[in-house]
Amino acid sequence: MDEALRSELSKQGIFTTTLEDVYNWGRKNSVWPLSFGLACCAIEMIAASMARFDLARFGAEVFRPSPRQADLMIVAGTVTKKMAPQVVRLYNQMPEPKYVIAMGACAISGGPFKQGYNVLKGIDRYIPVDVHIPGCPPRPEALLHAFMTLQAKIDEQALTGQFRPRHLVQDSPSEFPVPEFGEHDLEPPSNPDVWHPPALAKAE
Amino acid sequence: METLEQIKTKLEAAVPGARLEIIPNGSPSGPNSLLVDNEHAVAVAKFLQSSPALAFDYASNVTGVDWLDTTVKKTVKVKQMVEGVEKEVDQVLEEKKPGYLEVVYHLYSMELKHGPLVLRLRTEDRAGKARVPSLTPVWRGAEFQEREIFDLYGVTFQGHPDLRRILMWDGYQDFPMRKDYVEPDDYEYEPTAHGPVLQKAKQHQAEGGG
Repeated sequence: MDEALRSELSKQGIFTTTLEDVYNWGRKNSVWPLSFGLACCAIEMIAASMARFDLARFGAEVFRPSPRQADLMIVAGTVTKKMAPQVVRLYNQMPEPKYVIAMGACAISGGPFKQGYNVLKGIDRYIPVDVHIPGCPPRPEALLHAFMTLQAKIDEQALTGQFRPRHLVQDSPSEFPVPEFGEHDLEPPSNPDVWHPPALAKAE
Repeated sequence: METLEQIKTKLEAAVPGARLEIIPNGSPSGPNSLLVDNEHAVAVAKFLQSSPALAFDYASNVTGVDWLDTTVKKTVKVKQMVEGVEKEVDQVLEEKKPGYLEVVYHLYSMELKHGPLVLRLRTEDRAGKARVPSLTPVWRGAEFQEREIFDLYGVTFQGHPDLRRILMWDGYQDFPMRKDYVEPDDYEYEPTAHGPVLQKAKQHQAEGGG
């Protein structure tokens, strides 16, 4: 619709919108997270949901105890290699459309335990992550910012066309392979369909 | 608390045949420790716990130590014929010492408010005979810590009620706290690598990764 016409109509008390806007507006304002914490970042996540920071302002206060009812997985804390298969399995059990926020240094990269023998170097090696939050742990404001970033991302999603999100593409996967416990490491150590080591641009 | 020498004398009287050795700590304040042989370890532990004068009723900490195979070089003077004249010549002898694993117990007495007494147990080697007797039957609190040592150092505790891996998964083959542990190579992406990490990351960077 022409922007001038829309503006003119709204002056007359007639509001127009698109189905896409309404659909995404509804979705972005009721993102229900999975109540699920792995380490100290979970404490900040809990703080963000309480009265002082009040995650309810974003429609995300309903922490669901079941992955079947959740839209968002906040990976809050250190993902050990022993825990990684369970995290991927929980993600697989969530219905589409589903989103992931990797919260804190450990969840995005392994953090202070990066060179340890038992910590996964970032959950994005196995599942697609929508928003990464750095910090150790990030303050609740950082989580709120991640929420707003995610809301902006949901708001921009087209329902049709080439750039429609994964859950609207028939053939795209909604489940990702759960890594197995190997003799020395997880098998496979990362999912090549989801994660490639980013190329580093070196200053000459 | 009695001195370690007094405790050692007491133990030798109470547990006949026990081979005890005091390992000096080196530091001025550090407590010396008592090395106990594996055959008499449980008897020694029971005596330490039940003797009214000692009453070590609390094992506050159990940990492992990995001692690798070492080569000790000794310089010995040997008489040799050099150009028809007998001379003293320095000769370097290499002595190989096999490695072993150690389990260290820190004991306290809650009743008499003294401690710590540091007990050491030694395995025969670092491979097939990495065994020590479990002291969990004496101090119940040692159970999980002995499991952790089993998990991370690969020491088998004979007589442990539930010896399974505790931190790593079943089927894991390595012992990560051993000094010769080789970690899996997942250094594909190291944006701020330095030191030994940089060495490992360089190979991936040469292949075009991060």
